[in-house]
Amino acid sequence: MQRRVTFDNRLLPYLLLAPQVAVTLVFFIWPAANAIWQSVHLQDAFGIRSEFVWFENFTNVLGDPNYLDTLKVTVVFSLAVTVLAMGLALLLAVLADSKIKGARAYKTLLIWPYALAPAVAAVLWMFIFNPDIGSFGRALRALGYDWDYRLNGGQALTMVIMAASWKQVSYNFIFFLAGLQAIPRSVMEAASIDGAGPVRRFWTITFPLLSPTTFFLLVVDMVYAFFETFGTIHALTQGGPGKATETLIFRVYQDGVVNNDLGGSSAQSVILMVIVIALTAVQFRFVERKVHYS
Amino acid sequence: MATVEIRNVRKSYGPVEAIKGIDIAIQDGEFLVLLGPSGCGKSTLLRMVAGLEGITGGEIAIGGRVVNHLDPKDRDIAMVFQNYALYPHMTVFDNMAYGLKIRGIPKAEIRARVDKAANILELGRFLDRRPSQLSGGQRQRVAMGRAIVREPAAFLFDEPLSNLDAKLRTQMRVEIKRLQDRLGITSLYVTHDQVEAMTLADRILVMNHGVAEQIGTPLEVYQRPASLFVAGFIGSPPMNVLDGRIDDRGEAVLLPGGQRLALPQARPTDAGRPVKLGIRPEHMAVAAQDFSGGFSIEVELVEALGADTVVYGRLPDGESLLVRMAGIPTVRERDRLTVAPQDGALHLFDAVTGRRME
Repeated sequence: MQRRVTFDNRLLPYLLLAPQVAVTLVFFIWPAANAIWQSVHLQDAFGIRSEFVWFENFTNVLGDPNYLDTLKVTVVFSLAVTVLAMGLALLLAVLADSKIKGARAYKTLLIWPYALAPAVAAVLWMFIFNPDIGSFGRALRALGYDWDYRLNGGQALTMVIMAASWKQVSYNFIFFLAGLQAIPRSVMEAASIDGAGPVRRFWTITFPLLSPTTFFLLVVDMVYAFFETFGTIHALTQGGPGKATETLIFRVYQDGVVNNDLGGSSAQSVILMVIVIALTAVQFRFVERKVHYS
Repeated sequence: MATVEIRNVRKSYGPVEAIKGIDIAIQDGEFLVLLGPSGCGKSTLLRMVAGLEGITGGEIAIGGRVVNHLDPKDRDIAMVFQNYALYPHMTVFDNMAYGLKIRGIPKAEIRARVDKAANILELGRFLDRRPSQLSGGQRQRVAMGRAIVREPAAFLFDEPLSNLDAKLRTQMRVEIKRLQDRLGITSLYVTHDQVEAMTLADRILVMNHGVAEQIGTPLEVYQRPASLFVAGFIGSPPMNVLDGRIDDRGEAVLLPGGQRLALPQARPTDAGRPVKLGIRPEHMAVAAQDFSGGFSIEVELVEALGADTVVYGRLPDGESLLVRMAGIPTVRERDRLTVAPQDGALHLFDAVTGRRME
């Protein structure tokens, strides 16, 4: 049943919508339009003159072998962050959902990382993993392991993935926990009477029933990994060493803000936008079919 | 097929004792109903048999094997839940086949067993549907089907009909009875509905505050309630209970209103003892105005149910008295009449303990 809400005042609904529309216009539509405009122009370094160049920026970007490397890093990074953040969150949520002592405190603590600004979180990770001053970094070196993420690209990528995943675990955890708590207890009891052990119950009952939550988080986490991890990477590695941790979003910033190539940078952000839209569309088209909404 | 034995079983939640020692041996193929008001511990007892609740004290044995420390899956039982507890993401077929697949039964046999159960329950057309596409009665049947295909040692029912509307409930009750007769599988059935208990049970265990008030066949429980609680819980409308005292010769009960009801047998040892007197509304009949062994009442309300009539009367001392008469009403409100208990209709209970006095 759907109930239609009607307003007596004709203006009121528009007024109520206005803030949301204004935010979307100012922070999304306008910059996106700007990016599209800039992506087909070439500007001088001082932004005084610009010239319409058709798709030259795009061909330049896509023809650059460095760009493909960045794309590879982004794919590895995003997949790893999504899988790690969701897997860990699901594990923690399953543990928190079972009857344990101090479950409340445990749940509250798990939500805290989400309240942390990306830069602060990154500093925190630095204090742990820095080879000179970080506790864990020093311990690794003391054990004879050659740990230095400032020199080793693989180590740097691993650390950035861990930091970015850690930030997102809290968010996923809340949703997974809510999803778990929405599964009727009697359904799980029926399964255990039917002979299913805990592992089997999880894979045949819990996981399928969680699928709407999992699907939603998959989309959200992919978008997070693509866009919102900029702050973490910027504060931890600045894309380095070399370009080992340079993701697409970081390169957009690097080329546009640092290297002043506004046209190329804009072309990249348009490409990035298309990639994420395409990914989301694919997810809705193919993954959502397997989702069971009750 | 198996017996289920419950030996001095107790359950505590911290300092609160929810079940205070229940003892019963359920015969192979017997249908036992656990009856009581909500919070009496009947569901807890059932869940302890299922293995969904731990057992604080005592022993539960299914088929002669003590199951106290066995997981639900190893107890060879099937359970039907109040909210059906179907797997929402599986088809009806998969719901019923789930337990069989886990037990590694060959596909062809699963197919055959599910088809057979679907036939019995008239679910054949719905095997490919999801639970959300079924009506309440159909879901209930699927839950039953899931229990049947397992061919377990015992069925456990936890208020399986209370989510259905009145008409469907009656229909499903008959189906359950027919099914159990046909399959002959030992069943434990929890309900707070006395009609379900009376119609389904071979024996009823009436529970109150974690204690078995009475164990007996439906008719025993109705005809010889072991306590005031059972007397009040079984029968509709409930039994009339009046304060009284046995006279000094032990031959009759004296009521505060001055009535004197002769006892069928003299009980000289109880002379002078205060008692509670129980009389079922349906065991009273209208008597001649001047009949001395009856009650004179003023009619306050008449409920015509069609097949019979319930009269709410008031005694001279202000106590209320219900009388159930066959047929359509012959009395009206504010009439005065005399009603007398039929032979053998008097139940005596100890005024302090509430236990039946034989």
